Amino acid sequence: MNWLNEHILTILIGFPLGAAGLLLLVKHSNLKIIRWGALFITIFEFFISIFLYTNFKPIAQLQFVERIPWIPQWGIDFAVGVDGISLFLVLLTTFLGPIAVLASWTSIQKSVKGFMVSLLVMESAMVGVFVVTDLFFFYIFWEAMLIPMYFVIGIWGSGRRIYAAIKFILFTMLGSLFMLVAIIYLFVQTKYQLGHPSLAFSDLTLLALPMKAQYYLFLAFALSFAIKIPLFPFHTWLPDAHTEAPTAGSIILAGVLLKMGGYGFIRFCIPLFPKVVPQFVPLLIALAVVGIIYGALMAMAQPDLKRLVAYSSVSHLGFVVLGIFALTTRSITGGVIQMVNHGLSTGALFLLVGMLYDRRHTRMISDFGGLARSIPKYSTVFIIVVLASIGLPGLNGFVGEFLILMGSFATQPTAVVIATFGVILTAVYLLWMVERVFFGKLDKDENKNLSDLSKREWSAILPIILVIVWLGIYPKPVLDRIEPSVRQLVDNYEMTINSESSDNDLEIAFKEIQEESRP
Amino acid sequence: MDLSLYFTRQDFWGILPEIVLLTGALIILSIELFARSQRAAMLGVGILSLVIAGGFAAKNFGSSFILFQGMVTLNDFSTFFDLLYMAAGIVTMVISYNYLERKGGETRGEYFALILFATMGMMLMTRGNDLVIIFLGMELLSLSLYVLVGFLRHDVFSNESGIKYLLLGAFATGFFLFGAVLVYGTTGTTNFQHIALAITNNEILSDTLLSLGIGLLLVGFAFKVALVPFHMWSPDVYQGAPTSVTAFLCTAPKAAGFGALLKVFLVAFPALHADWQDLLWALALLTMIVGNISALVQTNVKRMLAFSSVTHAGYLCIGILVLNEMGVSAILFYLLVYSVMNLGAFGIISLLEKEEKGVNFKDYEGLASKHPWLSASLALFMLSLAGFPPTAGFVAKYTLFSSAISEGYIWLVVIAILNTLVSVYYYIRLIVNMYMKTSEETLVPFLHPLLSVVIFILAISIMFFGILPGWLIDTVTQAARIYT
Repeated sequence: MNWLNEHILTILIGFPLGAAGLLLLVKHSNLKIIRWGALFITIFEFFISIFLYTNFKPIAQLQFVERIPWIPQWGIDFAVGVDGISLFLVLLTTFLGPIAVLASWTSIQKSVKGFMVSLLVMESAMVGVFVVTDLFFFYIFWEAMLIPMYFVIGIWGSGRRIYAAIKFILFTMLGSLFMLVAIIYLFVQTKYQLGHPSLAFSDLTLLALPMKAQYYLFLAFALSFAIKIPLFPFHTWLPDAHTEAPTAGSIILAGVLLKMGGYGFIRFCIPLFPKVVPQFVPLLIALAVVGIIYGALMAMAQPDLKRLVAYSSVSHLGFVVLGIFALTTRSITGGVIQMVNHGLSTGALFLLVGMLYDRRHTRMISDFGGLARSIPKYSTVFIIVVLASIGLPGLNGFVGEFLILMGSFATQPTAVVIATFGVILTAVYLLWMVERVFFGKLDKDENKNLSDLSKREWSAILPIILVIVWLGIYPKPVLDRIEPSVRQLVDNYEMTINSESSDNDLEIAFKEIQEESRP
Repeated sequence: MDLSLYFTRQDFWGILPEIVLLTGALIILSIELFARSQRAAMLGVGILSLVIAGGFAAKNFGSSFILFQGMVTLNDFSTFFDLLYMAAGIVTMVISYNYLERKGGETRGEYFALILFATMGMMLMTRGNDLVIIFLGMELLSLSLYVLVGFLRHDVFSNESGIKYLLLGAFATGFFLFGAVLVYGTTGTTNFQHIALAITNNEILSDTLLSLGIGLLLVGFAFKVALVPFHMWSPDVYQGAPTSVTAFLCTAPKAAGFGALLKVFLVAFPALHADWQDLLWALALLTMIVGNISALVQTNVKRMLAFSSVTHAGYLCIGILVLNEMGVSAILFYLLVYSVMNLGAFGIISLLEKEEKGVNFKDYEGLASKHPWLSASLALFMLSLAGFPPTAGFVAKYTLFSSAISEGYIWLVVIAILNTLVSVYYYIRLIVNMYMKTSEETLVPFLHPLLSVVIFILAISIMFFGILPGWLIDTVTQAARIYT
């Protein structure tokens, strides 16, 4: 057990990657082995991560820490660890893994092997992003994730897939390249200030950076995360990518990829550059609120189901950013759990829309109507997920949204008031969509003879429904695990903000260090 | 007359690699003399002589000698380059095997011999410790390349690019020579150490003329490594030359150019570095931007890669600007990785090429479904050129940019990063065509086992140096100690 404790995160990263390598050796035509193999691998991965959950102690410290020297010349270690903030994002990733495989069971017919291998490589990279504690490896996983996703959208997508894929990669690269400059700057600074180059999180917090440097560094990191999460007005890649991606791609994009942005805000922007956070809070909060309202209004106007769900993500993730930059323990905890919830419910929505698309080969809302009569089970499940997404008490969405709004009210009352209108708008566009698709007259012949959920589809959607209900009714074990880490984060932040050292001191100290270390 | 004063035992051992290469070249020419078109034999002798010479050169790693009364220095820096050239030479020979036939030409002994001569020239360029030796090496290299570029005698484009390269190359050589003359005139010597000494002791005839001399030297080098605005020859030449030659042309000679440039500026003019900063800054900026924007609109893959290599020269210029040990080691790392990527990319292009087909973006549509491994390798080289982790291209960029930032060139790095973003678009375009588009007829690769092995090794090393760069970092750091 002890051995497992020390190596579990490395295994969690390495296992899908290694298994993907094995899967590459399977013959192309052997679809059965490829599909079942991928399913087995992702389920096994999920079970490993369950161990993470059961053995996690609800304290603030990093757990399951492992450190392997990687590039000693640059002081870069392969260092991993998990705390309350990353734990559930890891679990979300591994949980959505098998669901993504099931979602593409029949809908992916072209080069199945390549698709499954891409999914597995992505899973490795995503877990990597959430658990590494060295910025160098964070960047590597962050970027490594792009390539398989690019292929998934570009090869297996629909409609304007190539346009969407290129847009996706260029947008995200724009942000991450600025982040790279910031990372290199930090790397150089550790060499000067600490005497040894390093990109470990723990070393980075020791740096004394002048306000101006912090300002630009924050901007570089924040741009990258804002594009990823995506914050208005950096969201334009999202509707295209989500809509054109195959179902599994959309599930992973919405379920996990967007969360990397929120995670980055919490993990880097706040603890590394606390002094300049207050300067950016008004802007970020404003953008978040605009995103909430704008996303909801845009969603209302969409004729395409998938596009509607995509815009709903812009709106929902706006709540996350609001929660994070309200900077109270409660609101950030709400932000974290909202990320998990959004991953579940939006993942489920994309999954369900994908099922409908498999049957009818259209996603236009106007092509449907009265489906509740022809496919009642499907409709029931869909409506449960929609209600979760709206934030109905008793289902998971409520917990996150409530915590965010309540926690943020203390520091950002105006924003909360406006954001609450977003909650109402969410109900409007989702319920209106439900009305048009599931109720009304069943007047189209194609819709009369649709088949209801199959066993495979049940096995994909049922786990999500169960978790949605569980988190809605009894979120305490999750909140208990998230909160200590968040509390520590907020305490540290407030301590730095209130500390005596003025900017001038920092500036002077920084200059001295630079002069000493320069030859 | 006692020759031992001029040619010692140590001198002999030092230039043994060159002697081996020369012998190999002569053997190949003799084979051609007696039995025409013995391709396999000539290839064998060529590779064998490169391997043997490489063995002798590698033996020097870790030690340093001064040969021929200071005309030539052997150190880790020069040895690193020696091995780089030889590896590039071997890969080029393998790529060339039966490529020329497909293009309607003929593989003649001269072809392999010229590659060996070019390798010797490049070795002299980075081993030389004297402007005269550098000039000698540059000429030997250039003359060999002029012939190689125009080797497809029946092909108009090949001829055109041969002549173009000859004219502009001669022009560049003139600049270099004039610069060397001015430096000699003002300092009274062509030896690097003595030049540096003359400058620090302020025993210079005329500051203006020295500056002019250095400027002309810089122009000469800028021509050779294709920095904007002296890059105009490169797209035409790269496109027109046989692809196997292009692979060689854009890797080893470029490395040699940068190596010699580094050596001149580090050993002969270190005291004047500050005076040249602004100029190099501008050169780096222009080269990156112009190369990139030109590459965006190309429809020919070879031409795109030509402009991309201009862009990469711009990135390398940032390293020259830094010019401390960190910067030099970053340049060495980058040059090695850059060579591997381009050799791989051009190698694959060359084996897909048939008559007029295989060089346009459009020809690559649907390639991945027919030839998954080949497409995967080409995609890997493209991603590495674009600097995606975890490929070696990323680590190379990381080293280069971190050396620049530690010297305070943050804005230049930001511009370079933006250029990288633009470059993603045109590298990705090839991947889009291979993987995401379909086409009725796809290209048919002419793979022979040796070439598959070489491409496989190149691809693996891109991944290896991307994931575990530690060993290579140590090596280049050691090689960057150019003074020892």
